[in-house]
Amino acid sequence: MSVLNNSRGDTARDTTRDAARGASRTPGPRKNFSAWANRHRKWLFAAPAMIFVGVLIVFPLAWTIYLSLTDSQGSVRAASEFVGLENYLTVLSDVERFWPAVGRTLTFTGVALVCEVVLGMGIALLLWRPFRGEKWVRVAILLPLVATPVAVGMMWRLIFDPNIGFVNQLLGMIGIPPQPWLSGQDTALGTTIFMDIWQWTPMVVLILLAGLTSLSEEPDEAARMDGANAFQRFFFITLPLMMPTVIVAILLRGIDALKTFDILYATKGKGGGSFHEVETLNVYAYGLSFDYNQYGLSSAVLILFFMIIIITMWLLTMRKKAVSK
Amino acid sequence: MTVLNQTTDSRTAAAPAPAPRRRKPLATRAYKVFRVVALIAVVLFLVAPLFWMLLASFKTNVDIYDTGKSFFFTPTGENYANVLQRNNYFVFIFNSFWVAFVSTALSLVLGVPAAYAMSRFTMHRSALVVLMARVIPGVSLLVPWYYVFSNLKMVGGFEVLILSHMFVALPLIVYIMMSYFDSMPLELEESAQVDGLTPIGAFRRITLPLSVAGIATAGILSFIFSWNNFMFALVLSGSKTKTLPVAIFDFVSYASIDWGGLMAAATVVTIPIMIIALFTQKYIVSGLTAGATKG
Repeated sequence: MSVLNNSRGDTARDTTRDAARGASRTPGPRKNFSAWANRHRKWLFAAPAMIFVGVLIVFPLAWTIYLSLTDSQGSVRAASEFVGLENYLTVLSDVERFWPAVGRTLTFTGVALVCEVVLGMGIALLLWRPFRGEKWVRVAILLPLVATPVAVGMMWRLIFDPNIGFVNQLLGMIGIPPQPWLSGQDTALGTTIFMDIWQWTPMVVLILLAGLTSLSEEPDEAARMDGANAFQRFFFITLPLMMPTVIVAILLRGIDALKTFDILYATKGKGGGSFHEVETLNVYAYGLSFDYNQYGLSSAVLILFFMIIIITMWLLTMRKKAVSK
Repeated sequence: MTVLNQTTDSRTAAAPAPAPRRRKPLATRAYKVFRVVALIAVVLFLVAPLFWMLLASFKTNVDIYDTGKSFFFTPTGENYANVLQRNNYFVFIFNSFWVAFVSTALSLVLGVPAAYAMSRFTMHRSALVVLMARVIPGVSLLVPWYYVFSNLKMVGGFEVLILSHMFVALPLIVYIMMSYFDSMPLELEESAQVDGLTPIGAFRRITLPLSVAGIATAGILSFIFSWNNFMFALVLSGSKTKTLPVAIFDFVSYASIDWGGLMAAATVVTIPIMIIALFTQKYIVSGLTAGATKG
């Protein structure tokens, strides 16, 4: 057996064949089953999980596509008619709810991501070299990350409350008049973005820190010898080397940010508030489905939303490939 | 292994040997001061809101409305007594725990072997199918699920909730375990097979025991994600299976907000998960950053 030059998969297959051969020498139902199981372990291991996910995804996804082509509403069980692409036309020409929701989704994701990556990089750099009390800082970083988003939403509701909230109290001390925060039509989205930044910057920190610690010290050392200052070393050495990790962080955070639901629904409730101030695509689609039972329309929104997510991911993956080269 | 342990171990290991002592230039000292100040600011920013929530949960509603009593007040346990007894939070705590526990356990049973196969046979396309579950918006699954499960008279039961949470847990577990198995050397399994173990036997007796750290990582994270999950439980749970996040959400549907009670409820939800996080910090960090530093 030429194990040395083989790729992983081949090695495994060769040994399987040996095992099967060994089993066939001493026949018996149990041995036969074990030989069969070993030979097919690739699919035996992978299939249950894939079938589980497949059934729970493929079927609903197909159903959603079907629903998006019908005028289903009220109850999914009620008779519905096939209307072709009408729902898509309705949605795409809807400048009151759909397009603003797209705008809010992209604003929310874009602003939150930029802030989280910049802040996250800063904090990761602060934590990069060991220091005393590092343990406690790491604990502090972990706490927002694991906190239940709905509870976090409630917490911020109290802190940002216009009358009794601590934020306005603090601002009052330095003479700034109270702001409406979550209850303001213009300030609500920004406030929820702030909450997202508070909760998820730690995630970016952890990813970037893992990237930083896996960097080799030599390029940085060499630049130091050549007299480069800290800023030069960061922008010309560390950052380019970190780009693949930065894009992974953006990818992982971006997917979740686009789909943010919990804190928005917990702080502003149905429809993203009375003026739909924080109604992103996910909140809009949820409302259409479960608060207004407009299944046909909501399915069309969801398919379009899903396409936005896929395109964003695809662009980022392309970018990552370009950077990794 | 490298990927998983990096964040905790190699940091100290990789740190350069102390350089020969020289007089530090002024800029370095200035940076040190800046660093301390910045770190304190970061910690304050992250912890202060949680601290505020904790404080408010011990205040009466009168004290919460009194801005003069922000930090100095007579603490009361009344909010907790209200939340736990009158609002039946023990039931919700149990529900949350049970759903998270069972869905994590089942997902591990399905997910660990799958991740192993996908890693060893480089089944990238199959892995993509499972990871799709992480990308797809949950709402698009909920309508069909709700329809099917309500026809099966399962909505409001634990089974549906567990199934839906497994849907969150499984991709996470596969993702984490794949990167764990990827970084695990093949030689051990190979030599076990040379010594007469079947491939499955080698997986069971050699690989699995060696991946306990990885399985713990995946399990803890999946538990946390399930505990925190809101949307699936909002639609699929009934009055008997309501989980904590939904219970908190219902808290504010009443006419006026009982802030003290709400903060006590929010604290009750977050405290268990934070305690778990404190003790399993290393695992959580390695799980969240799994695969992030691969090329």
